[in-house]
Amino acid sequence: MQGSVEDIEIDLLLEAIYQFYHYDFRHYARASIKRRLLQARDRMGFSSFSAMQEKLLHDPAMLPGLLNYLTVQVSEMFRDPSYFRALREKVVPHLKTYPSLKLWVAGCSNGEELYSLAILLREEGLNRRAMIYATDINPDALQAAEAGVYPLDQIRKFTENHQKSGARSSLSDYYTADYGRAVFDKRLRERVVFSDHSLVTDAVFAEMHLISCRNVLIYFDRELQDRAIGLFHESLARKGFLGLGSKESLRFSGQAAGFSDFVREEKIYQRRDLS
Amino acid sequence: MTERPQAVVIGASAGAVQALLKVLPALPATYPIPILVVVHVPSDRDNALVGLFADKCLLKVKEAEEKEPALGGTIYFAPSDYHLLVEQDGTLSLSSDEPVHHSRPAIDVLFQSAADAWGEALAGIILTGANHDGAAGLRAIVEAGGAAIVEDPASAEMPAMPLAALASCPGAKRLGLESIHSYLLELVEK
Repeated sequence: MQGSVEDIEIDLLLEAIYQFYHYDFRHYARASIKRRLLQARDRMGFSSFSAMQEKLLHDPAMLPGLLNYLTVQVSEMFRDPSYFRALREKVVPHLKTYPSLKLWVAGCSNGEELYSLAILLREEGLNRRAMIYATDINPDALQAAEAGVYPLDQIRKFTENHQKSGARSSLSDYYTADYGRAVFDKRLRERVVFSDHSLVTDAVFAEMHLISCRNVLIYFDRELQDRAIGLFHESLARKGFLGLGSKESLRFSGQAAGFSDFVREEKIYQRRDLS
Repeated sequence: MTERPQAVVIGASAGAVQALLKVLPALPATYPIPILVVVHVPSDRDNALVGLFADKCLLKVKEAEEKEPALGGTIYFAPSDYHLLVEQDGTLSLSSDEPVHHSRPAIDVLFQSAADAWGEALAGIILTGANHDGAAGLRAIVEAGGAAIVEDPASAEMPAMPLAALASCPGAKRLGLESIHSYLLELVEK
């Protein structure tokens, strides 16, 4: 079949990235990772993946650029407003019964979802008792998330989404405009811990009350999805909540028995413990 | 293309609904290969295409879900705000990667991954539209040995997308909508 040399090269490249740098993309859904690799290869000016691999193994300075191609997600604040509305209306009342809370944004990328949650917590009066863990495998993305700066031309969409999520305040309360950029209030991340964490290779976080991991699992193959979902199950407190992306589901997962539907149409699940 | 194809992919933009209504509804429920469709729809609107076409088509119509196998007898629409891709084993994937040609889903993304998965056993069809999405994807299908069909720009509601596809694939068959319907029927008679 045509293209098979390229596919072998991709296998070898992913193996090299894993063995040398310990980033494991071998079980990512292949069609998307291939698309991103092709884009990286062309824009970085390599004639083949083999040439790219040689350079990558001998020049660690190339890694961050490649990781940005392989991992960075473009997102929006309050993407899928109905998800955040469901968190607000259905999940928050449960969260309010805990004296202290731990939340985990797994695969936080540039932080859009993190700030959305931080704003929602503040609006619901939960910010002082909540710690948020924001994790990603990409150091550049974590740095961007920690900076909380977004292009001003995205703010209109963010604001519209925020309003649709049942906002109790104005998004403009949380940022200042500065030379075409919106700089988000650093108080929103007072109780946020940013951390390098891989759903592929790293271990559990403990006793979370809510894990939000949206549009990350769609990039994994079935085996890796099951690993990540198992990790979420172990990381959740009893009756803790898991929110996935609108096209992700536990339905076909080997871990499905560990969760019950909480808000089915928004892909919000609750940890179930078989007693 | 020498043997019977394993799948059909269709891309359409402005004018898509009217065009697809002339192509898809009368296909028999036993149509043996999957049909995957990308239509450009606004990202913030719920995808109403599935409901509309499910009512009109003899074939089963559904929104594509990640990891499901593409099966015959079924028309799959890409969900709004996600790219639809095909894996080597013929299962479907979704991605929220950046828009291509300002579009998510993008026709190029589906066509290029489908060409990779099905090679010469694939037919790609570009219908009406006001942009250039699909031209590169159709070319990928041609390069992999698959069949390329483009709606005749002379009768297309929006000729820009067919014209762009023909410019990148000069050998593509140029057909009116009724002929595209007939072509789909003949395709599986082989």
